[in-house]
Amino acid sequence: MPETMTYAAALRAAMRLLLSQDERVFLAGEDIGVYGGAFGVTDGLVAEFGEERVRDTPISEEAIVGLAVGAAITGMRPIVEMQFSDFVANAMDPLVNQAAKLHFMYGGNVTVPMIVRAPGGGGTGAAAQHSQSLEAWFAHVPGLKVVLPATPQDVHDLLLAAYLDPNPVVFLEHKLLYKTEGPVELRSRAEDTPARIGEAKVLREGTDLTIAAYSIMTPRALEAADGLASAGIEAEVIDLRTVQPLDIDTVRASVKKTGRLLVTHEAPQPVGVGAEVVAGVCESDALDYLLAPVARVCGQPVPMPYARELERAVIPQVEDVEAAAKELVNA
Amino acid sequence: MPKRDPTTPDGARRSLLVMWTIRRFEEALEELFARGVLHGTMHLSIGQEAVAEGVAAALDEGDFITSTHRGHGHAIAHGADLERMFAELLMKDTGYCRGRGGSMHIADVAAGNLGANGIVAGSMTIATGAAFSQMMQGTGKVVACFFGDGAANEGAFHESLNLAGIWSLPVVFVCENNQYGMSMAVDKATAGGSIVRRADAYGIPGVRVDGNDVVDVFRNTSEAVARARRGEGPILIEAVTYRYRGHSKSDRNLYRTVDEIEQWRKSRDPLDRYEARVIDEGWLTSDQLEECRIEARDAVRRAVEAAFRAPDADPADLVGAAYA
Repeated sequence: MPETMTYAAALRAAMRLLLSQDERVFLAGEDIGVYGGAFGVTDGLVAEFGEERVRDTPISEEAIVGLAVGAAITGMRPIVEMQFSDFVANAMDPLVNQAAKLHFMYGGNVTVPMIVRAPGGGGTGAAAQHSQSLEAWFAHVPGLKVVLPATPQDVHDLLLAAYLDPNPVVFLEHKLLYKTEGPVELRSRAEDTPARIGEAKVLREGTDLTIAAYSIMTPRALEAADGLASAGIEAEVIDLRTVQPLDIDTVRASVKKTGRLLVTHEAPQPVGVGAEVVAGVCESDALDYLLAPVARVCGQPVPMPYARELERAVIPQVEDVEAAAKELVNA
Repeated sequence: MPKRDPTTPDGARRSLLVMWTIRRFEEALEELFARGVLHGTMHLSIGQEAVAEGVAAALDEGDFITSTHRGHGHAIAHGADLERMFAELLMKDTGYCRGRGGSMHIADVAAGNLGANGIVAGSMTIATGAAFSQMMQGTGKVVACFFGDGAANEGAFHESLNLAGIWSLPVVFVCENNQYGMSMAVDKATAGGSIVRRADAYGIPGVRVDGNDVVDVFRNTSEAVARARRGEGPILIEAVTYRYRGHSKSDRNLYRTVDEIEQWRKSRDPLDRYEARVIDEGWLTSDQLEECRIEARDAVRRAVEAAFRAPDADPADLVGAAYA
């Protein structure tokens, strides 16, 4: 029976399962021990599993990710936390030049099974250096997989899927999702997870337009769809869930059904994941089914501002999605 | 490769063979480069063979190394197969990296060589992670981390020494100070004037060794490895050496004099010095010494000939190859 729990609790439960199931798994990061992590995600795990396996590290992002790479290629299964996804800028060498490259560069003779968890996104008033959505950076690096779960069930299941994957996975958690609640069926073994990296999910069926979203924009798209329904517009909402690999087939199939496409993400629009989704649709026969131009509802291309109203203006809101959808359908 | 003691007759034969093999291997590469059969560039360690061998000789089978962009010597001393190395540089499917890595990325993870690395200091956090892994798994294995003097000014150097220091990780940091980070002289690049003294800041031992004396490198590394294996933590070794060749193939040697290079070559060459020592100590006869040279030359020759015959790397294999 599913139980109601928060996104953070469902994520913690997945880590607890992995720590229990596989002694090669360890957690490392800044203040993830007694403090419980900046967002409380690892709360209590150090008491259960000890300081050896739930490791507080110095504030050394490059060393934390490099630690994961070195441990992963010698038989461990590291799950490391960047306190904020922005801080991964300090760890780009081990992530981009090392983790992403080693399997290929060394001729397939090594795998790098590691997970880098990182809270991203804005809406918390933390301004430009603690609010970014950097998924496009990572999605652009062959060798990395990029996962952005939107629901408590998915964050649980996708962490387990990331553990089962032999590649380095960047696991981006939106900070505003941590306290959201939903039904979660806890798995008793990682192998029981039904989620697959690279599989999108249709969360709401509709006939008038397709809204492709991920991370925080998934609940916003669902809320917008409710509003649209009361105006007589039936939106199909797809949660992409992972952006590398990207499940473009699910989007194409939906567009063939609805004839309209709206893509939404919080990250800045230029050269973002949305552009890749649109291109992927246009490269297929789904293009022939489009009844209107495609639309993108994305973050403004400015660093995240502090003031509430400024921040709100930069991040796509429910009403922005709703308005853009109406325009698309009524065009 | 099994541990060997370069101060014994059997060890001397093996160490000398490794050092000559490194030199002949790299001289062969120079020739191949001049003939235009290689692609890209390469970084030669000619003149630095004593560091690679002195460290490798001190490691037990199963211990790990991480290497640098100037890593041919490290790989050979750790037991790499010459034919697969040549095959990699000759863009063959039988190369260590199937033609995907080239000179800067020779790795043999199964044999404990966690890889050469094109990023200065890039392997330092990885070595730290591999050492952490040994501690967590209780393997008793040690990681030797090669890096250059230039790497000592990267953040990864400091983060790695700090992390290895607080957690007492079984890693031996080996700085090959070959006097120049590309063109920048080490004394111009190093605040405080000393790399080895930076160990003090992290509460770990630091020792400066003569990097052109394989025996000095071996003895100090052996002590460091034993200490790390006992769980007493990391150590920083600064091996003072010299690179005869340019940084890479684009180097016109504008930052140093021919005299300087000649002085090192004439008075401090690691092979000349070790050969003289081997004879003085009576570890080998001059005939045995000559046999080592010939054996190295022939092994290199055979390897390069075999590598030429191997099939080329195949672009068809690239599909999906970025992921396991």
